[in-house]
Amino acid sequence: MFRRRPEAVGPTVTVTVEGTELHVPQGVSAAAAMLLAGLASVRETPVTGAKRSPYCLMGICFDCLAEIDGQPNRQSCMVTVAPGMAIRRQRGKRSVGIE
Amino acid sequence: MTLERVDFAVIGAGPAGMAAATLAAELGLDTVLIDEQEAPGGLIYRGIERAEDHSPLGDDYLAGRQLAGALRASGATYRPATTVWHLDPEGTLSLISGSGTETLRARRILVATGAIERPAPIPGWTLPGVMTAGAAQIMLKTGDLVPSGRAVLAGQGPLLWLVAAQLVRAGATPAAILETAPHRNYHAAARLLPRVLWPARRALWKGLSLIREVRRAGIPIRREVTGLRALGRNRLEAVAWDSGEIAADLLLLHEGVIPNTQISLALGLEHRWDDAQLCWRPVADEWGATSLPTISIAGDGGGIAGAEASALTGRLAALDVADFLDKLDPAERDRRAGPIRAALRRELAIRLLLDRLYRPAPAILVPEDDIIACRCEEVTVGQIRRAARLGAQGPNQAKAFTRCGMGPCQGRICGTIVSAVMADTLGRPIQEIGAYRPRAPYKPITLGALAGLDAE
Repeated sequence: MFRRRPEAVGPTVTVTVEGTELHVPQGVSAAAAMLLAGLASVRETPVTGAKRSPYCLMGICFDCLAEIDGQPNRQSCMVTVAPGMAIRRQRGKRSVGIE
Repeated sequence: MTLERVDFAVIGAGPAGMAAATLAAELGLDTVLIDEQEAPGGLIYRGIERAEDHSPLGDDYLAGRQLAGALRASGATYRPATTVWHLDPEGTLSLISGSGTETLRARRILVATGAIERPAPIPGWTLPGVMTAGAAQIMLKTGDLVPSGRAVLAGQGPLLWLVAAQLVRAGATPAAILETAPHRNYHAAARLLPRVLWPARRALWKGLSLIREVRRAGIPIRREVTGLRALGRNRLEAVAWDSGEIAADLLLLHEGVIPNTQISLALGLEHRWDDAQLCWRPVADEWGATSLPTISIAGDGGGIAGAEASALTGRLAALDVADFLDKLDPAERDRRAGPIRAALRRELAIRLLLDRLYRPAPAILVPEDDIIACRCEEVTVGQIRRAARLGAQGPNQAKAFTRCGMGPCQGRICGTIVSAVMADTLGRPIQEIGAYRPRAPYKPITLGALAGLDAE
């Protein structure tokens, strides 16, 4: 859905999206990384399981909620990528893990 | 636990917040600027410190360097990557960042949380592949990222044309532009032209140049588009309107911007429904002082005025706070405000025309019954109407009836739609129907973070 401009310069960082390694420009959000990975959708809603992907990318819509480094329900558009970051989409409701 | 105390806390590092914090620090106020992003700029100047000289984003964008540079050189404490999740009217701010939760006490607070894009509720707007024009702009600003397939821009407003031009310059020419401004808007705006032609000549020229640039790129442009809808099963496949259809991988919607009132509504500040801009805006005086003595508002969060005007209203608020805290006498405050107000009048001259020309069609505010209003809880316009007919008197009751506004976005997206739909159903003015009263935490925080907060 998105690509990097060929003229673009600047460093990249390596993250994983759904377990697959991906080089993304430094400074982009985890939501942008998922869009670059070409995921058809980034989450399924808790109410009807409808597929969603980021709508606003500015911290308003919460349609980019994802699991980042094991923590679910993160606003992925508000999280800047870091080397080694593990980004996963989420399906339906989250639950609290009691250990 | 001893609270950190400051004179002045500014929330939001867009043009208003950067300008206010910079001036306040210069005037000798102990100032802290808090922002969710990792670098200053807000949305309009997002990524400004990393921008290249010949950025496809253009010169107006690069002008933001000056504000960010001045902030960095000022004595203001800048707190990036920090979220304000609660604020009380006495001046206590609850913050969360990578280092955990903390509390800050300020004598005066400036809410400079800017604007959001007006939600564009059309059939299919929840499909993956449907985004806002501003979202595409953020991709470009933060990582030089552009749409890779067929991107269709649809809606209206200055940003629609700006994003189109930026995508053309970036080598990702959109497949089509569908402008939704109704014919009557052009007529009504034309009648205002004599009044704004001279005072707003620079802005008019800029706007026309932008549209010309987009036209030269040879993009198919459809005007007065009605019945816009996103089509597809599990993701966007095509965009249709009353007289046409086009295959698309990405639909970028834009129906203008509205103030981000999440914090101002949560604080219980007095708000008015603005009939010219069709949005809620907090009531504030000419200095940005609100109905609460500790809280000021500056920038687009107090009413849409644009980036340049926002920096100016930020400075006015800083002057007023400096006077309030005895760092500036009232005569000096007024003297310094003179040229700022003159510049503000120049910046605002174009607004009369823009507000009329790009007034959203009625269906943007009050969509058809089968359209989803609340994206989080998947509540349709029809369900909100039913709640109103069953006796819900306002958005806060409709929330209890339908769960609309109860999801993670806390009504940020559906807020104006719910107020407008209820007003339409009940035949009452939107002002009387009122707005959601959002609650803290403004952004989700973990129980662990909350538990880590020391009790004072």
